[in-house]
Amino acid sequence: MTLQIFVPSDTTACSLGADAIAAAIELAAAQSGADIELIRNGSRGLFWLEPMVEVETPAGRVAYGPVEISDVHGLLKAGLFDGNVEHPLCGGLTEEIPFLKNQQRVTFARLGLGDPLSLEHYLAHDGFRGLQQALSLRPADMVQQVMDSGLRGRGGAAFPTGIKWKTVLDAEADQKYIVCNADEGDSGTFADRLVMECDPYMLIEGMVIAGLAVGANQGYIYLRSEYPLAQRIMDEAIVRARAAGYVGANICGSGRQFELEVRLGAGAYICGEETALLESLEGKRGMVRAKPPLPALKGLFAKPTVVNNVLSLAALPFIFDKGAQAYADLGMGRSRGTLPFQLAGNVRQGGLVELAFGVSLRELMEDFGGGTFTGRPLKAVQVGGPLGAYLPESQWDTPLDYEAFAAIGAVLGHGGVVMFDDTVDMGEQARFSMEFCVVESCGKCTPCRIGSTRGVEVIDKIRSGQQPEANLALLDELCTTMIDGSLCAMGGMTPFPVQSVMKYFADDLRPLADRER
Amino acid sequence: MIQYFDPKKLDPNKDLGTPPSLSTELVSLAIDGREIIVPEGTSVLRAAALAGINIPKLCASDNLEAFGSCRLCAVQIEGRKGFPASCTTPVAEGMQVSTQTEPVAKLRRNIMELYISDHPLDCLTCPANGDCELQDMAGAVGLREVRYGFDGENHLHAEKDESNPYFSFDPSKCIVCSRCVRACEEVQGTFALTIDGRGFDSKVSAGANDSFMDSDCVSCGACVQACPTSTLMEKSVIEQGQPEHSVVTTCAYCGVGCSFKAEMKGNEVIRMVPYKGGDANHGHSCVKGRFAFGYATHKDRVRSPMIRDSIDQPWQEVSWEQAISFAAKRLKDVQAKYGRESIGGITSSRCTNEETYLVQKLVRAAFGNNNTDTCARVCHSPTGYGLKTTLGESAGTQTFDSVMKADCIVVIGANPTDAHPVFASQLRRRLRQGAELIVIDPRKIDLLKTPHMGKGMHLPLRPGTNVTIINALAHVVVTEGLEDKNFVATRCDEKAYQAWRKFISEPRHSPEVLEEITGVAAEDVRNAARAYANAGNGAIYYGLGVTEHSQGSTMVMGIANLAMATGNIGREGVGVNPLRGQNNVQGSCDMGSFPHELPGYQHVSDVVARSRFESAWGVVLDDEPGLRIPNMFDAAIAGSFKALYVQGEDIAQSDPNTQHVESALRALDCLIVQDIFLNETAKFAHVLLPGSTFLEKNGTFTNAERRINRVRKVMPAIAGKEDWEVTVDLANALGYPMNYQHPSEIMDEIAQLTPSFNGVSYAKLEEQGSIQWPCNAEHPNGTPTMHEVDFPIGKGQFAITEYVATSEKTNRRFPLLLTTGRILSQYNVGAQTRRTANQQWHDEDVLEVHPHDAELRGIHDGDWLGISSRAGQTVLRARVSERMLPGVVYTTFHHPGSGANVITTDNSDWATNCPEYKVTAVQVEKVSQPSEWQRQFKAFDERQRKLYRKPKGAPEHVGR
Repeated sequence: MTLQIFVPSDTTACSLGADAIAAAIELAAAQSGADIELIRNGSRGLFWLEPMVEVETPAGRVAYGPVEISDVHGLLKAGLFDGNVEHPLCGGLTEEIPFLKNQQRVTFARLGLGDPLSLEHYLAHDGFRGLQQALSLRPADMVQQVMDSGLRGRGGAAFPTGIKWKTVLDAEADQKYIVCNADEGDSGTFADRLVMECDPYMLIEGMVIAGLAVGANQGYIYLRSEYPLAQRIMDEAIVRARAAGYVGANICGSGRQFELEVRLGAGAYICGEETALLESLEGKRGMVRAKPPLPALKGLFAKPTVVNNVLSLAALPFIFDKGAQAYADLGMGRSRGTLPFQLAGNVRQGGLVELAFGVSLRELMEDFGGGTFTGRPLKAVQVGGPLGAYLPESQWDTPLDYEAFAAIGAVLGHGGVVMFDDTVDMGEQARFSMEFCVVESCGKCTPCRIGSTRGVEVIDKIRSGQQPEANLALLDELCTTMIDGSLCAMGGMTPFPVQSVMKYFADDLRPLADRER
Repeated sequence: MIQYFDPKKLDPNKDLGTPPSLSTELVSLAIDGREIIVPEGTSVLRAAALAGINIPKLCASDNLEAFGSCRLCAVQIEGRKGFPASCTTPVAEGMQVSTQTEPVAKLRRNIMELYISDHPLDCLTCPANGDCELQDMAGAVGLREVRYGFDGENHLHAEKDESNPYFSFDPSKCIVCSRCVRACEEVQGTFALTIDGRGFDSKVSAGANDSFMDSDCVSCGACVQACPTSTLMEKSVIEQGQPEHSVVTTCAYCGVGCSFKAEMKGNEVIRMVPYKGGDANHGHSCVKGRFAFGYATHKDRVRSPMIRDSIDQPWQEVSWEQAISFAAKRLKDVQAKYGRESIGGITSSRCTNEETYLVQKLVRAAFGNNNTDTCARVCHSPTGYGLKTTLGESAGTQTFDSVMKADCIVVIGANPTDAHPVFASQLRRRLRQGAELIVIDPRKIDLLKTPHMGKGMHLPLRPGTNVTIINALAHVVVTEGLEDKNFVATRCDEKAYQAWRKFISEPRHSPEVLEEITGVAAEDVRNAARAYANAGNGAIYYGLGVTEHSQGSTMVMGIANLAMATGNIGREGVGVNPLRGQNNVQGSCDMGSFPHELPGYQHVSDVVARSRFESAWGVVLDDEPGLRIPNMFDAAIAGSFKALYVQGEDIAQSDPNTQHVESALRALDCLIVQDIFLNETAKFAHVLLPGSTFLEKNGTFTNAERRINRVRKVMPAIAGKEDWEVTVDLANALGYPMNYQHPSEIMDEIAQLTPSFNGVSYAKLEEQGSIQWPCNAEHPNGTPTMHEVDFPIGKGQFAITEYVATSEKTNRRFPLLLTTGRILSQYNVGAQTRRTANQQWHDEDVLEVHPHDAELRGIHDGDWLGISSRAGQTVLRARVSERMLPGVVYTTFHHPGSGANVITTDNSDWATNCPEYKVTAVQVEKVSQPSEWQRQFKAFDERQRKLYRKPKGAPEHVGR
């Protein structure tokens, strides 16, 4: 019988040498005449084990990782092709690895199970069942489904997706658009990339559903140029989905139409902001637009447009297949369903952790992350990307919930969690926040354009002991000016991490000279 | 409670921050406790400004869409979070806005502090001192310190760009408000400017980091006007300081008739700033009107009257009295010797209505004949004939603003971006909103390259085949059932219509049959006809590419036919719109400059009209039409026409077949030229009377939309007299008394004698700003849109438009067709613009040749080309260009030495004698020296310049 061996093909695994490992395994199989089928699956999100090689056994898939090229010989010698080996890298049955087993994989249920581009595999794992359901519904009922599911925008703003859709549905226009925000630029985030690299049909299905719901027949995936692999996979997946009738002029024989294409960004963080994204998608310089008008009414090319994050759209096939209630049953408070957290930074077990809202940050970091990579005490954690506050230990018991985080001046954002051990200089981190804004500000509004540069300078003055008191007061006012005065969240949230450092890590903002004393 | 509905009542000098909302829904809100009702969609910033509450702002301007970048206009709104920018926040019913609270004040001050932390502190020596919005706003928000210091990152050492002759760009003063970029996009439509870099590195950039001069910038000045600091600043202000007073007047360049504020220091114009209250231009301008006014003080200005007995003699500087009596005596002598009809006068489309009126009155009343004509003879006379015949009035039917309601815009034989730039900007705005464009022109004009426009179609017809195209379009409309049957039935003459319909339905007018003549694919013609007829609102704009043909009048009537057949007449968004070349072409025609028509297009044979003039003028008038300009030339050569008074017109350069014109001028016993320069015609003159520029006189111009605008004197006439005063003196010297103290009195006389001007007076012009004629008891405030209810002739008259090919055909000797046009930076014969820095854009006329024709002849860019026609030969430099089809060559006529009219023939329009400038069969070959004519021209020019001693007291320096 043919033995199935899985070597992931996503960017993370490949950058850790997965291609060489796959080649070595194939070569060995050819030489030994072993009857294997090497499947380049997607990552299963257990990054600390990547490249994670899996072997199909009667008991289920067994994982080995992290495998280095130098380990391949040993693995083969230990009998990898026999399907059952004792090896130090063996992690046992994949499904039993606590990091994975304890998750609530809803959106990411298929993650890494098979070849991302295999339509057959997708269909065999509930693929396009949501779409089939959706095709039987009236647009208004589809929108109601999304409302009922409680889904909120996973890009970070957490705006109820159903309300956004209803606005677009109700708008009168000869043309409407679905735009997928795949400009995943937050530090420590990779969930969007995993969707596109490992389960691309899920995103396609979600976008087709969105299009049918609001009456849009054209979709664009605005993809950051730093994801070339995702581009190749999405492009190919679209071609195959079109050939199979899931995209195009006659979706599943329904007579309804939805076209889809991938558009590349040009390396600007600000183009993850929805209005700047639309400008860029129109071929213009990526500058933030003032709202109103809302993109839902005047979006791409001034037409009603749904701009949804990859994760919001990826949640739809489940919602439509299993029902809004099944999704809404998960989570807490007004945060319904699951959020795929992404553990990064100084973490022992980095990777994707999909959980229903409600567990505490500490559980996430400790039970899943396993603490810091260095083994040193954790000092701070930044949740929600570069614009999220740094949380001190006193806040780690906060449940992962939009409202609970808002209450402590923090954000969940896109679910990125970046951990820092006790060697971190939080003054440096505060400076970094301003510096990030210096580099990434679009330059349209004054508080962000000039304020961020002055922010770096003022922090430098504080840290070098120049009138630290006066400059701290100035920094405080600058933060307020940027929050109150900025046009978009870029300038408006840049002060959040800075303020959190001022509040919770004030010691690190003292002049360097003082602290050395 | 304050209500604002009438934008006319707004102060054009106040910037209300954001454009008006056109909604008819009204919203009531309270700003700082003051109740105000405004249209839905109005911004809070504008609503506040209307209520007299001035919210600080830097990036907002009411000619630009709200941008929301400076954040100074932040306010607080009850029930809303944070500090919304009032420019981007629309009003809502019941909204309670606070514009001055402590948190708002602090926010604004802190933002200003950021601005100033990256701004030079040289206010006292800054050219914008006293006219700087940044300075004003720093004052308004009470900025007292910059806690960041001035040693942080900054742009203070950014390099200046001085490449443009008229304005400088100093990025060290830039606050990156993007007003210049947005003005270039939204107001001008050129998209030459952008922001380069991002964040703190954001900087304004012309093109891809080009200099302004090397970029796509057309120097319209919109960016300079938009700049709130001295980043973009007129060099004249940098050199001379801020103006101290201003006068609103009307530009003397093209037929758009832009209103400007002449900003003055004493009697010196510091800068011309487009006036937002101007109904034709709404505060926009082009490089000519905005910057090219330095000719008015150029050293070449004729500063005193001069006389001579013959053109071989040196000019003699004399007093006004001597000159006038010399002229009068000569005229009388000529008439005594050769008869009453041996003299005549030519009025100018560059002079005011009042001046033009006086010249024709002089001819009719003092000369005693109807030998008056005007330069419209050589441009829009077919418009007068064609539109009067079909629609009953010799004028365009619309306002310029009407284009904003057009769905399909047809541009025929016109090049608005170069020749009518301010209207072109408005047209382009409409194209960006999605209106469809159809260009019928041998050349691929720039309008077809409008950034962000919707659908555009080009029908590149062969020169001379206009009538076939218009017939083919009409044929498609009629045979495909695209007519507006209701309009035709109710508004048009049934008999004429049926005759026309039968004619145009004939298969010989089908695009398929005519394809061979026009060179335009039949399918394109069909699509164009469908687009125009089905658009909803279809508007036609045309220029001299329509009129300056042997069938110019036929083509104008063909256009009117098409508009009537599709019902595209009589409301906003449609119409037939001649784009007038010069500032006062419409006016000079209206004022009775033609030999057959008294003011208001009243025929000289019309007893009722004529007797009205006779009793007012106290003379008996000739009831026979006089000589047209070409007739005058022919009669001069024949020896029966011996004296001519030419006001502000350079016939020697601008009229076709230069050799013929020159022979005619040499044959005159007395040529009186009244002009601001020693122009080409003046070189043949015996009396040279100094003219006055538009800056030196009072009067009115009438633009292409029949809009009468005031011209106001901002400086004394350089030689002491306004042009109308000179005509008055000449009349009195001839024994015909004229006694006017001010041009307003002349206008009163015009109003009294001209039915369509009955209601016009200077008082009403002051009150309304401008008036579109007809203005009379029926239309007391003027008539923006013509023919709304009926035509002046009752029913619209369809005219049969049989195509007759021009005799100016290509053959083996002259295998190419030459057509001519204008360029943005130069105006007409160039007398004005060549005496400004506009020369830097276009210092010589070149011949554009298609690569195919160039290849055949071994021609490369820059080669000297001899161009010969049946009329003559000249030499121009080559530019290989794909704007025309193979077989067509193109040039401009801005430089006298180019001799463009040496090659044009004396073929002309069958109805009006408008010359066939647009079609000349030529041959082109590489040569090594100027043509014989050019050598003669140069020698004659040098000799005449020697005979013209520089008058005493003329300054050496070139005026700015």
